[in-house]
Amino acid sequence: MAQFPGPVPPESRLKGLWLKVLVTVLCVLLVAPSLVVMPMSFSGSKFLQFPPEAWSTQWYDAYFASIEWREATWISLRAAILTVLVATPIGTMAAYGLHVSNSKLATFIGLLLIMPLMVPIILIAVGVFFLYARMGLNNTLAGLVLAHSVLAIPFVLITVTAGLKSYDMNQELVARSLGANRLKAFFNVTLPQIRLSVFSGALFAFITSLDEVVVAIFIARGDSSTLPRRMFSFLRDQVDPTSAAISTLLIVISIILLIVNLTLQSSEKQEH
Amino acid sequence: MSEQIISYPNQSALQVDERREDRRNLLLMAPALVMMTVVILVPIGWLFFMSFWGENGFTLEHYQRMSHPGYRLTFIRTFQISVLVTIMSVLLGYPVAYLMTKSSPRVASIIMMCVLLPFWTSILVRTYAWLILLQRRGIINGWLMDAELIDRPLRLVHNMTGTVIGMTHILLPFMILPLYSSMKAIDGDLLKAARNAGATPSQAFRQVFLPLSVPGLAAGIVVVFVLCLGFYITPEILGGGRIVMWSKQIQNAVTLHATWGPASALGVVLLVVTLGTLWIMTRIFRINRFLGGL
Repeated sequence: MAQFPGPVPPESRLKGLWLKVLVTVLCVLLVAPSLVVMPMSFSGSKFLQFPPEAWSTQWYDAYFASIEWREATWISLRAAILTVLVATPIGTMAAYGLHVSNSKLATFIGLLLIMPLMVPIILIAVGVFFLYARMGLNNTLAGLVLAHSVLAIPFVLITVTAGLKSYDMNQELVARSLGANRLKAFFNVTLPQIRLSVFSGALFAFITSLDEVVVAIFIARGDSSTLPRRMFSFLRDQVDPTSAAISTLLIVISIILLIVNLTLQSSEKQEH
Repeated sequence: MSEQIISYPNQSALQVDERREDRRNLLLMAPALVMMTVVILVPIGWLFFMSFWGENGFTLEHYQRMSHPGYRLTFIRTFQISVLVTIMSVLLGYPVAYLMTKSSPRVASIIMMCVLLPFWTSILVRTYAWLILLQRRGIINGWLMDAELIDRPLRLVHNMTGTVIGMTHILLPFMILPLYSSMKAIDGDLLKAARNAGATPSQAFRQVFLPLSVPGLAAGIVVVFVLCLGFYITPEILGGGRIVMWSKQIQNAVTLHATWGPASALGVVLLVVTLGTLWIMTRIFRINRFLGGL
């Protein structure tokens, strides 16, 4: 407000204060719910009191001791890593193809490739469930990875496209004019310069798969349940601090990925 | 390209080259396209087919059943919740985005962290957190009772209230991010000019800043509204079985009744409403940029 000419009238300063108070409250409200879960996961009793009256790590013990939870965690981690390995190269290839393509078809294809962001997730889940029933892919890791990769590709596409936009394609042309073939020019010149966006896309792919519930409800049942899918069914039956312990672990992963991603973005800004 | 008016001697060779290039680019997109086709387009095409298919071939009976009171209640519920959550997100998100543009870079980045942290946290985890906060013997009721503001716990969850609170919290970042990106692009000099021309701060805000922030606002409203229409997890947990939104109705039709006809008709209508809303709003407000930027 200080850049406006003349002294700031007192009533507008008061208004500014109100706004600041409101926004501070809102910021607390945005972050607090996720943070409240953390102390509760160390609760000494079965009741979720805040702050807990007694402390213990029994809910983490319960989580690590349970074969079912461990199995679900293992499935989720494998699915997330495989999703990264599938969605990142495929999404990057598509982003590159879209970026260098001049044809009118490209816009349409681009729209098609971000469909998973627009189509309600329940429809994807129901559709995939039916498709997999025919193909025998229900309750398999391969089926889960395929579905999660489709959900993750739009995120890779968007982040890598953003990276390509701030990259000067002429550099690749120079490399090619100096005798490098297309593939070599891409891997030696372009990829090193957009690597941060590719990495950021990979992070998105990882978290997309790790946190996905709705599709998993349909196609990952019983023994092949993922961690969030098992937690979802668990939550409907009981509100027991084991969920708080698992949530805490998931939040810690989110925080780490967010910080890595922000670091990537700021180092990308410095490079350009 | 204006150079193409001049005819080069090797023009045809260049065109062949260009076509080859186009094919190669398409080839690069092929794996992603194949996956989208198999996992999204084919099943949706099949849903479309099933929605018109009855025991005796082509039928509209599944769509006619949409007027059944049970379904109607679901539609009304879904729209009620979506409108409420969208309004709440505008009211809460606009001030946050506005203050971010007015703050120093350091403060703005702190606010941004507060917006991005929930954005990166699992929806399921955040829903669970609200369950803990809002339940009968939960934190909020506990505090209110300790402060003696109420003598009996409020019913904050397993109903509409809990669902709307949880969904607003989850969708708020989707409102704030496009709003902020459009507000950041507003030239501050325009506001100074308005003030120099004699406008009060609130006039400058209402007549200059607000209209310029409309594209971001529209993008936020569309994204939040459309995501609300298809929401599943949060109403399921915070609604406690009482709130049956559109997605849940589809799941019920599939898993409880094993009826693919009504389920696919419900799905097709949801898809048409979702894509229709997106298409109309992007046409009116030209917000492709913001949708793509998410």
